Amino acid sequence: MIFKKPTSLTKIPMRYCPGCGHGIVHRLVAEVIDEMGLREKTVAVVPVGCAVFLDEYFDCDALQAAHGRAPAVATGLKRSCPGTTVFTYQGDGDLAAIGTAETVHAAARGENFTVIFINNAIYGMTGGQQAPTTMPGQKTTTNPTGRDPKLAGYPIKVCEMLATMDGPAYIERVSVHNVANVLKAKRAIKKAFKIQNDGLGFSLVEVVSPCPTGWGLTPLKACEYMEKTMIPYYPLGVYKDISQPKTEVSAPKEIPDEEPVENKNIGL
Amino acid sequence: MGQKILMKGNEALAEGAVRAGCRFFSGYPITPQNEIPEYLSWRLFEVGGTFIQAESEVSAINMIYGAAACGTRAMTSSSSCGISLKQEGISYSAAAELPIFYANVVRGGPGLGNISPSQCDYWQATRGGGHGDYRVIVLAPNCVNEMGNFPKLAYELAEKYRNPSMILADGLLGQMMEPMKFEFETVNINKLPPKDYVLTGCKGRDRRVINTLHLDVNVLERLNWHLYKKYKEIEANEVRFEERYTEDAEIIIVAYGTSARVAVDAIMKGRQEGLKIGLIRPITLWPFPKEIVSKYAKKTGKLLAVEMNTGQMVEDVLMFSNGQAEIYFYGSPGGTVPTGDGVLAAIKTALKNKATIGEVCCLNDI
Ligand SMILES: Cc1ncc(C[n+]2csc(CCOP(=O)(O)OP(=O)(O)O)c2C)c(N)n1
Ligand code: SF4
Repeated sequence: MIFKKPTSLTKIPMRYCPGCGHGIVHRLVAEVIDEMGLREKTVAVVPVGCAVFLDEYFDCDALQAAHGRAPAVATGLKRSCPGTTVFTYQGDGDLAAIGTAETVHAAARGENFTVIFINNAIYGMTGGQQAPTTMPGQKTTTNPTGRDPKLAGYPIKVCEMLATMDGPAYIERVSVHNVANVLKAKRAIKKAFKIQNDGLGFSLVEVVSPCPTGWGLTPLKACEYMEKTMIPYYPLGVYKDISQPKTEVSAPKEIPDEEPVENKNIGL
Repeated sequence: MGQKILMKGNEALAEGAVRAGCRFFSGYPITPQNEIPEYLSWRLFEVGGTFIQAESEVSAINMIYGAAACGTRAMTSSSSCGISLKQEGISYSAAAELPIFYANVVRGGPGLGNISPSQCDYWQATRGGGHGDYRVIVLAPNCVNEMGNFPKLAYELAEKYRNPSMILADGLLGQMMEPMKFEFETVNINKLPPKDYVLTGCKGRDRRVINTLHLDVNVLERLNWHLYKKYKEIEANEVRFEERYTEDAEIIIVAYGTSARVAVDAIMKGRQEGLKIGLIRPITLWPFPKEIVSKYAKKTGKLLAVEMNTGQMVEDVLMFSNGQAEIYFYGSPGGTVPTGDGVLAAIKTALKNKATIGEVCCLNDI
């Protein structure tokens, strides 16, 4: 197999920081769209956050949504053009703070589109402030001494929350901190698009993703931080899948400790 | 087309929207406009459209933003505080040049206010309301018949200029029943001209992007000037108003919606007493009928704005009178409705008075 750029990505170079997870996830989504032959019927709903330029990177129709409103915009799009494949791509600030209501209710209605949710525990674009997913103790520009849950509340576990609802069809949390998990992430994204294509309803893939810039860590340290601190708090696995008999959510210790990420050029 | 039917204003608006080709509605309940979503919840279903009761007004407006982006005639409706929440999506739609349509059946404000009829959202409607340099085409019906017939015009203007359009009514117009006749053929949505911007997947064409982010200041400047030119074109072409009893008038009332109906009552009573009173009723609140206001400012030297608020449109009347007339204001804010007798008394005071040019003279006894 010749390794080449997915046709669903444009030639425009991505502006993400070195070691950022957004670029990896863009590539995975584009590969899935290519493999499923969906490019010509896809409409991407573009968020506010570091991925705000997503419409430049994806070679498909795209619509910019206001901060947090992507699930509402996608609802309008998909309901009035049911023949399209619609995905939103949202950060944790976008999806779990300003857009919590839109997310929860689109899930409750079982809207037939796919949400790619980037959990990088921070507001990247605005300079590293606390996100709803910021870890207890994590330092951000608005938690200079670390997030104290007594003052700043606890992180929101989106998959766990949405999985309690009847509306969603497929909810999975994945990570991109090493190659094995990147591959798993792609499988989950593909599954989510398939669930949409089959008309089964709301699908969401949460990707635990590094933000070395926002965390003040090197790309490598950021991956270590994810593995040691974030993933135990945000266990990976399938939280809901109406197309399958119920499966157990894997505990953090079950995550295989595979190839460490050597440098930022991990070829994805 | 055809026969007259007895309808409630809100229902007429909903039915008018469906006949005008609306196929997508999302909204959130708020009095006094609930009959609109209630009606559409079954009526859109009949024509193969979509009805969604959204979780909030913020969500509702963003849903129609999405629906309009793939070419569907979409609408939302609300009242006052709900419209405040929709301002985000309205600003985005103006920037994205998406032809959304919405209705505000206004209640008393500010804050939670009350559920009585009011015109207290004139500024919000005509000045944009949300962030940024933008305008919305605002239609102001004054009877159930216009409530039902204006949605078609609202869609046509919205699509002609790729700009949000709205109907600004008030709770009284929404709640009252009157004979209603649809004066247009039901729109066949399959025969509408194709739109060259809609997002339906890029099969057979280059991809399309609808974006409102323009980090390059020069690009955003160009967009703003483009919008400016479009708004100038709308101002030049789309002004609509009604004139009544203006020929011999010595004072002109400027009023829209329910206030204009009350003004007519005052005019009839006044004319029986020999008072020469006329009416200009703006039908488009933006673009405002500034030329006709200027013309009668010069001709009569006295203009009286009657509004169900503490004086909002009167500022436009003052501005467009160009220093040629005394400007009077008679208001009924907070959900109250003026009476013909109250307006007539105000007219008599104005006729006797000599007000300072360039200032608004309030005639309420406060
Ligand atoms: C209504 C509104 N509020 C605030 C902002 C500013 N803003 C831009 S991006 C952002 C946070 C984005 O964080 P997240 O969604 O987690 O994405 P990331 O940048 O981390 O990828 C904020 C608060 C905005 N654009 N609009
Ligand atoms: S700030 Fe964080 S999320 Fe944003 S591009 Fe940089 S690394 Fe990625």
